[in-house]
Amino acid sequence: MSNEVQEQSVIWIQGSSCSGCSVSVLNAVRPEIQTVLLDEIAPGQHINLKFQATLMAGQGASVTAILDDAAASDGGYILVVEGSVSRADNFATLGERNGKEVPFHTRVAELAAKADAIIALGTCAAYGGIFAAQPNVTDCVSVAELLKSEDIDKPLINAPGCPPHPDWFLGTVAHIILFGLPKPEEVDRIGRLKLFYGKLIHENCPRRAHFDAGRFAKTPSEPTCLYHVGCRGPITSADCPTRKWNNGINWCIENNHPCIGCTEPEFPDGTSPFCKNTLSSDAPALRKDKTGNLIPANQITAFNK
Amino acid sequence: MGTITIDPVTRIEGHLKIEAVVDSNEVKEAKCSGVMFRGFEVFLKGRDPRDAQRFTQRVCGVCPTAHATASTLTLDSAFGIDGKIPDNGRILRNLMFGCNFLQSHILHFYHLAALDFVDVTAVADYSGNDPDLQSVRRFIDRGHLAPFVPRYEGDYRLPKEINVAACAHYVQALKMRRKTHELLSIFGGKMPHNMGIVPGGATLAPTTDKIAAMHHGVNEIRAFIDNVYLPDVIAIAKVYNDYFGIGKGADQFLCYGVFDMEQSNEDQVTRKRFLPSGLIDSSLNNISKVDLSAITEDVTHSWYDDKGGNKHPSEEETIPLPDKKDAYSWLKSPRYNGEPTEVGPLSRMLVAYLAGNKKVKSLVDYALKEVGGQPADLLSVCGRHAARAIETKLIADAMSEWAMELKPGEPAYLDYEIPEAGAGVGVTDAPRGALGQWIEVKDHKIENYQLVVPTTWNASPKDSKGLPGPMEQSIIGTKIKDEANPYEVVRIIRSFDPCLACSVHAVDHKGRSIANYAVS
Repeated sequence: MSNEVQEQSVIWIQGSSCSGCSVSVLNAVRPEIQTVLLDEIAPGQHINLKFQATLMAGQGASVTAILDDAAASDGGYILVVEGSVSRADNFATLGERNGKEVPFHTRVAELAAKADAIIALGTCAAYGGIFAAQPNVTDCVSVAELLKSEDIDKPLINAPGCPPHPDWFLGTVAHIILFGLPKPEEVDRIGRLKLFYGKLIHENCPRRAHFDAGRFAKTPSEPTCLYHVGCRGPITSADCPTRKWNNGINWCIENNHPCIGCTEPEFPDGTSPFCKNTLSSDAPALRKDKTGNLIPANQITAFNK
Repeated sequence: MGTITIDPVTRIEGHLKIEAVVDSNEVKEAKCSGVMFRGFEVFLKGRDPRDAQRFTQRVCGVCPTAHATASTLTLDSAFGIDGKIPDNGRILRNLMFGCNFLQSHILHFYHLAALDFVDVTAVADYSGNDPDLQSVRRFIDRGHLAPFVPRYEGDYRLPKEINVAACAHYVQALKMRRKTHELLSIFGGKMPHNMGIVPGGATLAPTTDKIAAMHHGVNEIRAFIDNVYLPDVIAIAKVYNDYFGIGKGADQFLCYGVFDMEQSNEDQVTRKRFLPSGLIDSSLNNISKVDLSAITEDVTHSWYDDKGGNKHPSEEETIPLPDKKDAYSWLKSPRYNGEPTEVGPLSRMLVAYLAGNKKVKSLVDYALKEVGGQPADLLSVCGRHAARAIETKLIADAMSEWAMELKPGEPAYLDYEIPEAGAGVGVTDAPRGALGQWIEVKDHKIENYQLVVPTTWNASPKDSKGLPGPMEQSIIGTKIKDEANPYEVVRIIRSFDPCLACSVHAVDHKGRSIANYAVS
């Protein structure tokens, strides 16, 4: 029976990251992380996690050999990149080759060139994120940007979030294993699966009634609409309001904290200061009133003094 | 004579390289090198001060709540509300931070450290009824053993029964550490990177249902700690009892203390905290008060210009010199009274033990009796694991009581004004040790931000006196049985639970410092 199980190799490398994406994926519930590591993730399919520095038993030359071998192979693996990619040689390295440290960007380019598919896990890998925040002293870029500059054309799926919800990542992996690479219509304009990132937070926000009625919180501790204390729900696409976090226990807005827009390419520079309302009229849920102030696009005027 | 190079050291947070010069099977010299930096202090400059709290959590995804706590204390202090927030806010912060300690310590022992002692392949012929172990056996049957192999071979010596049980507990602990994050999210919104701890207190006021959920959940984790984690650490330490004599590091131990027990205008290192602050030496006879002005940062073997360093953190300048001769790390060398100093759970437990904390004393004495050791034996690999497990129990037991001190209907948050100018400091202990953050506010914005983090103390390079850092000292003198499988070295390193991501540094485009502070 064991011969029938297919091994899907996954190589997961971490660059300029905080390891928060790894820790978030450990929080997976359906399926649990033990299932991902040990069991068949789908009938007849097992993930062979060949490289994952937070969990793997080995270290040093014996594990960098796994990366070197993969880069010299014909592929047959999914590459997961966590963290943004510093284009400088000395700010982030991953192991050595012939006694010399290998820059992380070299690892990404070598491994991406042979990968069947690449998942940019977390907002740093997908769009640059925190470590590419201005003034970006370490010259960090997204995986997409690095691949473009290295002229590597491979299927790339973004699974952003700071951190990403475990379901967003495992769902992306499951999609590839079960149904192959997503079709163009299944992915949005910035490389995310519409399944998870297809709707604005604002569309499904349980506090939407407060927004429409103009009941706004003055501090990030009140149970009404957090729009005026900086909520980026109107410009942020993710299914947090319905999926919720940590086994469905809670999520940012339910916890009286505004959404900080962590799944978006603009995060963090374009979505901060996090505690102030700085949205422009580009936000689809907003419109300008007669005096030029931004108001909810569909605000009920009866409630609007 | 040969050199062992381990790069990357895995099962830690961040990017670390170890070099050990071995002669006649003994480590003569050791070098710890931090090989990544990201520049947090630089990109914090000019931002809304409140954003520091969201950004610094992203220093480390394993212990974001430690940075949330330190940065919130820093902002409270800069905004003039340190010691004034509502009791509910103080307790909720402690509960959230407590969850992070439980998560970090359980993750560390089972998922980061245990694979150096526990042999997963021992489950190959398992024939019992435990579904988790059946999963492991089927996994082994398939013949693809990543990520558990390759590994250093040669010293897996646990008796079969303990080994198999430890494998089942590895799987169980995956669930338990996940549940600690679920508990944290009750008041934190989500984890990693919680949304509940903010300047002024906590965003969500306690209600009966949430208090009950927290209390129930903490008790579930307590049962795991009492019946699985602590017994496993003792059982493994008994078999590997030679590791009570391996891995002694520095001669000085420091902690700032953690979990404020009352609202107080007292200085953060002297106010009443659940685990006290203190400084001790390896004679374990003297305990003294912490004096933040006794800290200097040495850059003799770091990639920075000497003219900027070797001063108190608030006075030095960071001038990177990537080609500096004899330098080998991006980490600086913090020293207390000029001496290398270890921080972490071992430091906290030793300080509390010497300070006469009854619970700590009884748990430490119990553990020492079980393994037949003396307090001095704790300055070791097994001592660090034992201290971490004991601390996990202490915190979980206390959290169960803290949850019941919450008062529904009373506030958890105090509003405040951001001053035009000011300064703030936040010091606490993180799971991995003493953590300090400093802010300077000007024109309502961050003028300067500084972090001095635990692993910089532990993983620091040699200083101007030639004294190696604590982790380097702990490797030097170690006997190596097999240079191709230097399991002794990685067991020592992992006993510190290093977090290299936290050991950040700041430079600008031209390689010159932007922060006037030390930032390692």
